[in-house]
Amino acid sequence: MAFGSVFSCQNDNSPNYQYFPNMYEPISYEAYGEYDIFPNSQQALLPVEGTISRGHSLYEYEDSNAGYALALSELKSPLASAELDAKRGKELYEIYCGICHGNKGAGQGKLVKREKILGVPSYADRAITEGSIYHVIYYGKNTMGSYANLLNEEERWQVTAYVETLRAELKK
Amino acid sequence: MSSINTMKQKFNFYILSKTLLSGLLFFSIICTSLFAQEGDPVKGKSLFNANCAACHQLDKKMTGPALRYVETRLSEEEGLDREWLNAWIRNSSALIKSGDAYANKIYAEYNGSAMTAFPQLSDEDLTNILAYTAQDKAVPVAAVAAAAPGAQAEGGVSQEIVLGALAILFGLLALGLFLVNKTLRRFAAANNVEIAEAVKRKSLWKAFVNNQFLMLVVAIFFLLSSAYFMYGYLMQVGVDQGYQPIQPIHYSHKIHAGDNGIDCKYCHSSARVSKHSGIPALNVCMNCHKSIYEVAPSTATEEYSKAFYDGEIQKLYDAVGWDDAEQKYTGKTKPVKWVRIHNLPDFAYFNHSQHVSVAGLECQTCHGPVEEMEIMYQFSPLTMGWCINCHRETNVKVQDNDYYDKIHEALTKKYGVEQLTAAQMGGLECGKCHY
Repeated sequence: MAFGSVFSCQNDNSPNYQYFPNMYEPISYEAYGEYDIFPNSQQALLPVEGTISRGHSLYEYEDSNAGYALALSELKSPLASAELDAKRGKELYEIYCGICHGNKGAGQGKLVKREKILGVPSYADRAITEGSIYHVIYYGKNTMGSYANLLNEEERWQVTAYVETLRAELKK
Repeated sequence: MSSINTMKQKFNFYILSKTLLSGLLFFSIICTSLFAQEGDPVKGKSLFNANCAACHQLDKKMTGPALRYVETRLSEEEGLDREWLNAWIRNSSALIKSGDAYANKIYAEYNGSAMTAFPQLSDEDLTNILAYTAQDKAVPVAAVAAAAPGAQAEGGVSQEIVLGALAILFGLLALGLFLVNKTLRRFAAANNVEIAEAVKRKSLWKAFVNNQFLMLVVAIFFLLSSAYFMYGYLMQVGVDQGYQPIQPIHYSHKIHAGDNGIDCKYCHSSARVSKHSGIPALNVCMNCHKSIYEVAPSTATEEYSKAFYDGEIQKLYDAVGWDDAEQKYTGKTKPVKWVRIHNLPDFAYFNHSQHVSVAGLECQTCHGPVEEMEIMYQFSPLTMGWCINCHRETNVKVQDNDYYDKIHEALTKKYGVEQLTAAQMGGLECGKCHY
């Protein structure tokens, strides 16, 4: 109780005092920090044009109807069937896709049921291939946004494989 | 004179055209109501929501055009009939390829976003959908909302009246007592009754100072309690438990993670794979807010109105440079200066992925009931004692966790226990967090 009365004097809108702040505050640049050296004072930056981050690779299909058609017809998953991890695919799918597409892929996610986002189709009603699924995860399509920055390349292919199994289930 | 004449003529022409136009409008309304009678707008609505609403709304341009009164609009402005519409909906790309002028025009106008073909929709389905689009816009009921604050204001007024009346009553009582006292004294003086003066005694304070034992006890008590409060004050320096800064955009975790059940890792995706939980880039917001441009009336609370929330969404659009009317990015962005809440001192290392992906902890274990927080605050103290307590008490999840198979087997033998705590696995090593 006495403790609580001491705490309550503190203003919740500003951080508390620190002992020896120069041991608390980093000297190096922190993620998401604000430093004058960067454009817009923004530490979070995109990779320099024409370069590619470590562990990433180039995706050569362009974001257009033609690119979509090409990916639909010829793009294949680089993962061998032994590398597919259905458990992880399911986990990732249910975090990122299930909220709209539904955990079964029938287009009945929670946001759709609550009428926040409408018109999400069932995977069974669309002529899609692994190439087109990957392409749409990468760039988004119509109202759907890109998920390229939320999932890395390998994770995108895991989710693609899981979408295909869901689609096969729905088609039964 | 001639100019007046022409003006008159113009005026007549204006009236004539006006009557013609209103006649046409009347006719078209009859037409729409006739069409509406054909289809079932209720069925149409569910079909529309399932098939069309991803790209179309009734009154707002989205990926595709707004669709209210689409049938009458097309027949009046473009001379296109139901046949054309059916052909477009069932297979728009074939219609574009056939060289149809309006089909190509609309395709170009929407930057070549191809409309999905809907061959599965029957004639009846299409009639129902078009009946839904031909409905007039419902006027929102404002009367109910207007009544509520009035009632509240009344409550406030009545409370003030009661308080005022009480104050007056007490004032009158005090005055009454004073008057009674005065009258009694006057009676006493008149009747020669002496009022006894208070007997002078040794004051309590002096007695207290003279009693040395009591002084000692009080001094010890005073020292102990001040030490206690001093300790309490010093221990909370540098601890930001309950820190709840005002963010540049009022983002409600309650609405997103609570009501809508969006997984924490949807937005904070790097918590799975990196040291940081990650502040989502605004494009993650736009995944949903490209189509959610206003909150539902049911989202508004007494504290935060719908207009307030809509304004916050508008702030997002300004920051990310999204032109909602034109449905495209303007390229003019400005970073949102989120205020960091959870911040460990520089000498302590903490890694999210270690706790989220490897240990499989729920985010709520440390961050508290975030899904109930309208405004985010720091739930845990984030002190070293708090970290260590948890490491001592928490058993490592080994089931379905390949990370720990071998070390778990070796260490359970060494310590002779069934379940290892994080501490026994090295979770108390100084160098794990301080280096």
